[in-house]
Amino acid sequence: MDGRPIVREADLEEFKRNPSFAREMAEHPPLKSIYPDHDYSRGYQWGMVIDLNACIGCGACTIACQSENNIPIVGKEQVSRGREMHWIRNDRYYVGDTDNPQIVHQPVACQQCENAPCEEVCPVAATSHDKEGLNTMNYNRCIGTRYCSNNCPYKVRRFNFFNYVKDMPEVIRMAQNPDVTVRSRGVMEKCTFCIQRLIRTKRNAKKENRTVKDGEIQTACQQACPAKAIYFGNINDPESNVSILKTNDRNYELLGELNVRPRNSYLAKLRNPHPLLKGYEPDEV
Amino acid sequence: MANGTENIAGYSNPEHVAGGKFSFRSLTDKISGITERKTPPVWFVAFGAASSLLLVLLGSIGYLVWEGVGIWGLNNPVGWGWAIINFVWWVGIGHAGTLISAVLFLFRQKWRTSINRAAEAMTIFAVICALLFPGIHVGRVWHAYYMFPLPSQMGIWPNFKSPLLWDVFAVGTYFTVSTLFWYVGLIPDLATLRDRATSRVRQLVYGFLSLGWLGSNRHWQNYERAYMILAALSTPLVLSVHSVVSFDFATSVEPGWHTTIFPPYFVAGAIFSGFAMVLTLMLIVRVVFGLTELITLKHIELMNKIILVTGMLVGYAYAMEFFIAWYSGNPYERYVFINRATGPYAWAYWTMISCNVISPQLFWWKKLRTNIPLTFVISIVVNIGMWFERFVIIVTSLHRDFLPSSWGYFRPTVVDVATYMGSIGLFMTLFLLFIRWVPSIAMAEIKGVLPEADPHYGHGDEHAHAAVGVAAKAEA
Repeated sequence: MDGRPIVREADLEEFKRNPSFAREMAEHPPLKSIYPDHDYSRGYQWGMVIDLNACIGCGACTIACQSENNIPIVGKEQVSRGREMHWIRNDRYYVGDTDNPQIVHQPVACQQCENAPCEEVCPVAATSHDKEGLNTMNYNRCIGTRYCSNNCPYKVRRFNFFNYVKDMPEVIRMAQNPDVTVRSRGVMEKCTFCIQRLIRTKRNAKKENRTVKDGEIQTACQQACPAKAIYFGNINDPESNVSILKTNDRNYELLGELNVRPRNSYLAKLRNPHPLLKGYEPDEV
Repeated sequence: MANGTENIAGYSNPEHVAGGKFSFRSLTDKISGITERKTPPVWFVAFGAASSLLLVLLGSIGYLVWEGVGIWGLNNPVGWGWAIINFVWWVGIGHAGTLISAVLFLFRQKWRTSINRAAEAMTIFAVICALLFPGIHVGRVWHAYYMFPLPSQMGIWPNFKSPLLWDVFAVGTYFTVSTLFWYVGLIPDLATLRDRATSRVRQLVYGFLSLGWLGSNRHWQNYERAYMILAALSTPLVLSVHSVVSFDFATSVEPGWHTTIFPPYFVAGAIFSGFAMVLTLMLIVRVVFGLTELITLKHIELMNKIILVTGMLVGYAYAMEFFIAWYSGNPYERYVFINRATGPYAWAYWTMISCNVISPQLFWWKKLRTNIPLTFVISIVVNIGMWFERFVIIVTSLHRDFLPSSWGYFRPTVVDVATYMGSIGLFMTLFLLFIRWVPSIAMAEIKGVLPEADPHYGHGDEHAHAAVGVAAKAEA
């Protein structure tokens, strides 16, 4: 991790000594923005928490997302050129002793920044904020300057370098999710919290004249996660699972020091190794 | 010969302005002759080569539109590659033309008259090459017009916060003003060609282009006023255009891009590369078309001095970037700069340093700055270095930013190279057409600084002081 506070972890003793260690791992000046804040006080405000303690790095989230969101399979030649399309990826880092390293995992999708660097730079306003806090993509408007991707500190935006769906076999075509647009060549795409699921559930709730219940919406990655590491919900509701988790001591925002104010956050990893496995030290940051 | 007083002294003996060997008539013959004589074979050879490269460009663009930007070497961390490098490089090259034609005009630098026309033409052609790239680098070329603030049924304006949009306006304004300035300056000379025309076609074409110029006192008054206004309009553009281009990077959050030093640093680099390109072109043109008496060693030396100064300015910027990266205490920023000098793209960084900082140091010696073969080599070396500067800024900053999981490596493809070479072909094609059909040296302006333009011409030197004011006016 090059000494960067990306995956934050501690052992049990350190956690007991300093429960808010994760938040203290990144130093930064006061975070202020020259732009006025969006109004997030009303309605649903979607957010996500990923528990790095629970994540086992299996990659099920990546695959679930791929099938849910019609993400093109680009083949090994394109992947080797750095053009994989996954909206959520599983970052893996080695830590500790280089001869006998430990592994940490971190699923990274679009962090839905409230102060999103990608939105400021798009010349045609193809990516913008909606009133539920989602950083949305308007595929029809996107002309593909890739400026948003350059300015994304998490590098979670994915670009259709070619027409990846042109030669898709008929069987695969039939397996596409009918609720999700198939993207054309030359547009940028990325995670929008399974917006099709949000819309469907909100519509059903509205028909029944009620609000969406906590846990009623599951994103595809969350649904597929065997370790229940991913939590999603309305952060405007202080009783929701995500809101409660965001008050956890271990909660931290990845690259939060950039003042991008990500909607997603992570729960730091804790280790409590068996005495025989001692000698392993988490990375000092 | 770089200040007003010396110019006045030079006025009665303008050895560096026009060699002192020309009269009005011989000057007109010399310069108009280039467009009237039979085309020299070397022109055809050069034009053949340039237009072949232009075809390569058209082929590459066709392939690009057909297949998509995936044919370039771009990947996920490196979303901008050669296209944007070429864009910034070409815009930078254009700057010297405006500096020579507008800023030096306002500062009454008379030595500019021999080179300003060609330098302005270079500006326009370089900006055409530059404008090409933002147009074709987008994923959906057919929708690139969304960047213009056109009222449409979609009811969406472009995003005025985006520096790319500022670029559209900055470079668009620059192109418009430069073209107008160049064209207004051309009118009296086009009229000269019209008056000398012996064929009907030339009469019609140059007659149309010279917009009914009669050379009357009234025309000259209007002309000089318009020229002055356009020079004044162009002057801030020398600073603003490349500042805005640098905002593409400076306003981002990327380490290595997010730097306040960028606007002045980019402007210095632009003038640096632009003067180098003017030299490359002028050194060829003066020999091929026998203009060594008009574009003299003095011009070459003065331009070399500007290259030396701006080369040291960019050298200072490179050093200051490192200092600030360390001083800021920002670990991402520090890493990017260490990575530039020692990482996988260190070869590009050191190429840049050798070409831009070390090579111009040779111009400290008068012997070397008046050495034409050496000047030619360094002018090309400087432009190679400036291309690498943009490569270093764009590619090495992007390829390793915040999260090491997303780091990558950019490799250009054949199409990247072909498109770049092709843009040089477009530039050379336009420049060769210009040299052949348009008076490549501003005849009317040079005449203003010839001894013959002195009202005391032929009356000896005793009235030289009285002639000062008139001289300035005649030149204006």
